[in-house]
Amino acid sequence: MAELAEIPPAAAPQGLAAGSPAIRTVELSKRFGKTVALAGLSMTVPRGEVFGFLGPNGAGKTTSVKLLLGLIAPSSGEGWLLGRPIGDLRTRRKIGYLPELFRYQSWLTAREVLALHCELAPIPRSSWKDEITTALDTVGLTERASDRVGTFSKGMQQRLGLAVALLGEPELVFLDEPTSALDPVGRHDVREIIRGLASRGTAVFLNSHLLSEVEQVCDTVAVVDHGRVIASGTMDQLLSGTTVKVRATGLDGEGKATLASFGQVDDEGDHLSFTNLKAERVPDLVAAIVALGGRVYEVAPRQQTLEDRFLQLIQDEDDK
Amino acid sequence: MTPALVVARLTIQEASRRRLLLALVILTLLVVGFSAWGFNKITTVTRSDGSLLPAVQVTLITSQLLIVVTFVYSGVLALSAAVVAGPLISSEVESGLLLSMLARPMRRSEVVIGKWLGLAVLVAIYAAGSALLEIAAVDWATGYVPPHPIDLILYVGSEGLALLSLGLLLSTRLSGITGGVIALVAWLMGWIAGVVGDVGVSLQNQAVENVGTISHLMLPTDGLWRGAVYAMEPDAVLAALRAAGTIGRANPFSAVDPPPIEFLAWVIVWFAIMLALSVWSFRTREI
Repeated sequence: MAELAEIPPAAAPQGLAAGSPAIRTVELSKRFGKTVALAGLSMTVPRGEVFGFLGPNGAGKTTSVKLLLGLIAPSSGEGWLLGRPIGDLRTRRKIGYLPELFRYQSWLTAREVLALHCELAPIPRSSWKDEITTALDTVGLTERASDRVGTFSKGMQQRLGLAVALLGEPELVFLDEPTSALDPVGRHDVREIIRGLASRGTAVFLNSHLLSEVEQVCDTVAVVDHGRVIASGTMDQLLSGTTVKVRATGLDGEGKATLASFGQVDDEGDHLSFTNLKAERVPDLVAAIVALGGRVYEVAPRQQTLEDRFLQLIQDEDDK
Repeated sequence: MTPALVVARLTIQEASRRRLLLALVILTLLVVGFSAWGFNKITTVTRSDGSLLPAVQVTLITSQLLIVVTFVYSGVLALSAAVVAGPLISSEVESGLLLSMLARPMRRSEVVIGKWLGLAVLVAIYAAGSALLEIAAVDWATGYVPPHPIDLILYVGSEGLALLSLGLLLSTRLSGITGGVIALVAWLMGWIAGVVGDVGVSLQNQAVENVGTISHLMLPTDGLWRGAVYAMEPDAVLAALRAAGTIGRANPFSAVDPPPIEFLAWVIVWFAIMLALSVWSFRTREI
């Protein structure tokens, strides 16, 4: 698996070890007893880039985030955030983090939670008011700023977590499933926030199951499965293929197996999907179906989506 | 403010916002009020000839009753410390509350020390405040003041701090309920081992006596309790106990001598070991 190409950052980095990538790991691994949670993660995320980290449940995504943040220790390998080794305290001044398991002090108000994180960050006290006001406004919690977190819905708590991650103009933000508790409006807001972060040069590491969301905001993507990165690259590199959907009747199992020469077939009865089939081969495919005694009702070539590619990668991995 | 102090402040703030402090204040006022009424009744007890008890006898009864009341009070303090300290770190790890905080530039040792400091302040304030109130109430009701009131507060407060420290150590690895139960059972076992040691003293059996000594070293709560008892013994009672020889020493509610200075030095070392172990345990925990 090749490492991601290192792309010059969109904005000149101002912070720690300027010029170094936002994230760099070399063979980062983690074992829990006999279970391999992460097996040799090597990647580079340039500054100012929105990086999507995808994978099925238990693939090692959250473990990777915790390793990068120094919350758990690697079994082997190395990693650097903003040019400094993972776990470095000074680096954490420039990092925002929304955990997958987001929980904040229920006995504090939203404003007090943000003030607490301003203090821990630490952000100069003179900037707290502006920082808190901006963060609350960005996530749409201004009107609930003085309410205790214990009275918040899950979605509002996730918004608060997002506000916490935005404090102090971080150079790198980790968002672990940032929309898991949000409604469609909230998801749209999160996409806008991520775009806003990218526009000011902040690198975003986005862990998400929602592939359409990742597709809309990420510059580069890595797919992880069974603790290994199985594919990575820019969205264009990853989604270069075409998927052709065909609705045809009269084909038996043997006939469908013959069609495998046109690419990987996803067989859903009368609906067949051919992955990575070039447009110029579509007439040959139709001719082959007819020759096999099939009757073709619909042929729809379309650009491969991230979901198509993701499912294909995971299936390929399972077939190995 | 350093991260440790921020965590300490947060711990106190949580106790206050969750109304733990309010509950303790109300309960303490109720207990002190009832005990003042009860102690006052001692001064109204009459003998068969209808005369009131002499002051010496009132002092004797009050001092012994105060020891029993203080024992129950120290038990409540130990229970409270164990219940509050047990989930102190484990619950915040399990809920994920610590995740976003630990991603900030703070060390795990600062979380542990901050939590300990915050609860230590609460225990100290509660122990000092409630003990002073009780002493004042007994003084008002009977005119009796224990001979060493400051020492008494220090010993009882330290007993609570010891249980708090043990609970905190356990909470770095175990769930809140498990840690709290273990801390409480350890306190009870420590007290029972102290009684076994007393039996060894009365039988002049060194091996049995060592059970008490070793338990005092492993968990110094019973040793501190003996210090509290000594601080409450009037001279007349001390003289009678000394005259009784080894039998006088074989009682968890009596103490002929104050705890040796070596033991008090060990208590300080014990606290340092507990904190160091807690820091090490939490630093090596994966969350």
